[in-house]
Amino acid sequence: MTGRVATPPSDPVAALLRGYERYAGVADELVDAKGEMRPVWQPFVQHLGRLSRETVAARFARGDQYLRDAGVFYRLYAESGSDERAWPLSHVPVIVHETEWDRISAGLIQRAELLEKVAADLYGPNTLVAGGHLPAQLVAQNPEWLRPMVGVVPKGGHFLHFLAFEIGRSPDGSWFVLGDRTQAPSGAGFALENRVATSRVFTDFFANANVHRLAAFFRGFRDAMNGLRQDESTRVGILSPGPMNDTYFEHTYIARYLGFMLLEGEDLVVQDGAVMVRTVAGLKPIEVLWRRLDARFADPLELDGSSRIGTPGMVGALRAGQVAMVNALGSGILETRAFLAFLPRICEVLMGERLKLPNIATWWCGQSAERAYVLANAERMLIGPALSNRLPFEADGATVQGKAFRPGAHAAVSDWIAAEGPALVGQEAVTLSTTPAYVEGRLRPLPMSLRAFVVRTPEGWQVMPGGYARIGRTKDASAIAMQRGGSVADVWIVSDKPVEPDTNVAAPETFRRSELGVLPSRAADNLYWLGRYVERVETAVRLLRAWHLRLAESGTLDRPLLKSLGKHLALHGFDPVQPIAEALAERVDDARSCAGKVRDRFSTDGWMALADLAAAAAAMPGPDHAGDDTARALGQFLRQIAGFSGLVHENMYRFTGWRFLTLGRALERANSMCWTLATFADAKAPEGALDLAVEVGDSLMTHRRRYTVATNRATVIDLLALDDRNPRAVFFQLGEIQRQIAKLPGSDAAGPMPPLPRRVLELHTGLAVLSPDELTTDGLLKLRGATAGLSGLIAETYFG
Amino acid sequence: MLYDITASIDYSYNQPSGLGRTLLRLLPITVPGAQKLIAGALTTAPAAAERIDRLDFFGNPVTEVAFRDATRSASFRIQARVERIAQAPVLDLSPPLKRLAEELYDYDDLGPEAPHHFLGPSERVRPSAAMTAYARDHLAKGETTLAVVKALGGALYRDMRFDAKATTVDTDPAEAFAARHGVCQDFSHVMIACLRGIGIPAGYVSGYLRTRPPEGEKRLAGADAMHAWVRAWCGVEFGWVEFDPTNDVMVGSDHIVVAVGRDYDDVAPVKGVLRTAGRSASGHSVDVIPLG
Repeated sequence: MTGRVATPPSDPVAALLRGYERYAGVADELVDAKGEMRPVWQPFVQHLGRLSRETVAARFARGDQYLRDAGVFYRLYAESGSDERAWPLSHVPVIVHETEWDRISAGLIQRAELLEKVAADLYGPNTLVAGGHLPAQLVAQNPEWLRPMVGVVPKGGHFLHFLAFEIGRSPDGSWFVLGDRTQAPSGAGFALENRVATSRVFTDFFANANVHRLAAFFRGFRDAMNGLRQDESTRVGILSPGPMNDTYFEHTYIARYLGFMLLEGEDLVVQDGAVMVRTVAGLKPIEVLWRRLDARFADPLELDGSSRIGTPGMVGALRAGQVAMVNALGSGILETRAFLAFLPRICEVLMGERLKLPNIATWWCGQSAERAYVLANAERMLIGPALSNRLPFEADGATVQGKAFRPGAHAAVSDWIAAEGPALVGQEAVTLSTTPAYVEGRLRPLPMSLRAFVVRTPEGWQVMPGGYARIGRTKDASAIAMQRGGSVADVWIVSDKPVEPDTNVAAPETFRRSELGVLPSRAADNLYWLGRYVERVETAVRLLRAWHLRLAESGTLDRPLLKSLGKHLALHGFDPVQPIAEALAERVDDARSCAGKVRDRFSTDGWMALADLAAAAAAMPGPDHAGDDTARALGQFLRQIAGFSGLVHENMYRFTGWRFLTLGRALERANSMCWTLATFADAKAPEGALDLAVEVGDSLMTHRRRYTVATNRATVIDLLALDDRNPRAVFFQLGEIQRQIAKLPGSDAAGPMPPLPRRVLELHTGLAVLSPDELTTDGLLKLRGATAGLSGLIAETYFG
Repeated sequence: MLYDITASIDYSYNQPSGLGRTLLRLLPITVPGAQKLIAGALTTAPAAAERIDRLDFFGNPVTEVAFRDATRSASFRIQARVERIAQAPVLDLSPPLKRLAEELYDYDDLGPEAPHHFLGPSERVRPSAAMTAYARDHLAKGETTLAVVKALGGALYRDMRFDAKATTVDTDPAEAFAARHGVCQDFSHVMIACLRGIGIPAGYVSGYLRTRPPEGEKRLAGADAMHAWVRAWCGVEFGWVEFDPTNDVMVGSDHIVVAVGRDYDDVAPVKGVLRTAGRSASGHSVDVIPLG
């Protein structure tokens, strides 16, 4: 069975394929059973073979760069917490011919239809259990059979809309299903990112390689989701578990790509049976939710009471038929391993036909004949929990390979099965096919499984012409999972003829303008604090730079101004004598954490600028470099912040979200300027303090030009507190706050002026009529307190 | 026996709190042939902004209420007249455990009365080797399922100490069992775990107890609050029986059923999401007056 690929020595691809072999008893994607390269691979392999190693490396790097720029990463979980890692793309795609894919698709569509019928039966008449086709206890004891959902007919009539199937190729070359993904299947967005990256690696070749494009599939899904709405002014929401989830990036990416609203449970509230989004313009109805969190977390009232990411009353809203949930709560039960033992027969019962695509052979040990079979064949079985939804090759700590028991340990297996039979299944220990990965100038066969995606559209089920391939790190198929060092690859479905030129995979055309006010309160809150935190970092850095410049000038710490500034910095949480890198990086992380929660609303460039800031903060020189060196580094850091602010303020569309970001910045700036002036423009401040205030206020030049005299308290207060044209001045920022608030929802309502605009007007007017000598230190501190009060009012008005 | 029942659960908070959405299971149910709710009403103070009355999966009436405004106090109150029909003693026709397993295997139904719901782990009752071993120690060969239930309930009554202060509503049954103490909820959870451990489907019943005993009899423990006991499935023919391990009695006309479920989590009298930063206090009162 083992065979090396035959290639003539003169062939340009010979070097590429040297040593590529098909393992005994294992199918391979590149070569067929006779050891010959499948024709569908030939153009690609020839193309790759013609490239030098250096060119290949450069092309691969281009794909990796794209992924980094797009911010694609995955989260690695370890005991110490989780960590973001580079996306492990295996650049060589898995290539499948369209006629073979058509056969697979037919099988997947049949399976999707079958699962829909099973779901409808399990939450409806339960004929499968009554007819003896599915053991009652596999349903009754199943944690994914959600009793509150029994009898609830989904809005629109369907339980399933978006499915994934994990499939593999068996040694005889045929395909089979390893597992069904019905709960909240992930990977479609990653498949898209893999496609973009891979098509950039092989730009010239890909264009004419007759590879079926993915955009039509996503368009079909988007239209189908939008079609589930009754009120077209509402938007489809993606219900995400939040930033700590390992596929959160995909949620943000696909929300942006499809124009859906990214929501978390706390964004939603149920009222009179309807699901509403808490937005800055009050509660807005939502009719369609694409659920990306496990069902039991969706409603702490009727499902898992410990869930902090759900929406109380969600089940009630579904019962009232007010919202379409994709997929229905409770459809996760279809992922149950033990069901695979019964689905072949159920297909015949419900569909009147055989499964077109078999699933992995499975035996439930709750039945005596099956239990005996598993026991007799234990050495070629995977034995594990019947109600698990893990794929056979995913390690779960509870599933054991039968052959792992030593011969003498047969009794152990039989005891286990005898004691816990109904809780166990045996599954054939399958071998997955291998597919080529590029390793040091050559192709190497590594095990592969493929995730295929199927969506319901008004025209029927559609299969994505492509998929998400997972590739093992070693020959051992159990190492396929990314968490264990595996990689991922694009899947090319190739036609003999040119394919529909679905020009690109960029965002589908969205014509309708988003309406003002659909900004969820939580997103507004995060954008507001992002604005505040970035400004806070800037203020701290300006103060730190001033300290280091003064130190460089005087050469000693023993100066009243340095001491006073040191004390002030301490109140900001910095000790300039100690290393500042860590404290600064923490501040930047506060900002990044806010940005991370609104990544769907935040440009990739903005996100990367924040990442650069974090890196720059962490690289700040230590106390050995106090003085000039550090001042220079801080100056550079300030220019980076300016770069970030430029990206945000020059490039960001003036959505409501931008207004909150701007509001946060303006409020923080007004607040900190009051504080700076109260400290350094005070009558008791040491010599040089006024100049320092002007420097921290970035207004040296202006001061020189506007006032012919050197700094005195009046000029400094005039320029930094009362000026309406200096963007560093408190008065200017109060005006900015006023302008932004006037454009926020609710401010234009008739009737008495709401508390927030009234308070801003009050502060703005109050400051407008003051002269510099009337604005005392005490007055500045009061004003600072008043801006903090404004922040509370903003939160009350928009984030509550 | 006819009863007039009043019960209330009251909460007070030291600062205004958002009650949000709450599920209430406080009103007695009608159990054909055993208990009849003649009249009953559940009221809340403040009045709810939304209210839905429906049945849950197990057939228990549940009232879902939602409040919009923050409040410093909340009160849930029921008044009910219930007829409890005394059951004639029956001959023990329940199968031995081995046959019970076979009957269970052949039971192809998932309705609310189906035993399958009550055999596996549930939210509050997980399998425990210690409790299963304890249950096995109280098995006699060839014994009927009903005899096992009674023997086990009696054993727990002897071995566990009733202690109203030792546990809370959140106590893990394994913990209560290890310390051999608790209140009716703990007694019931422990007995359920024991029964399931040896293959007997077992569920949780919440309800009220007659507060004043008949002449010359002792007052039952747990009568001053909502009570809980156990139901066990004794085969296709015999069906469900109810046993009160806190008082070591088969359930009779002194017990009034409010809700049945797999464990406390399915039948909690008040279940909701409270938004409060402050502290809260709660109180309850139950009065079950026989009308003769």
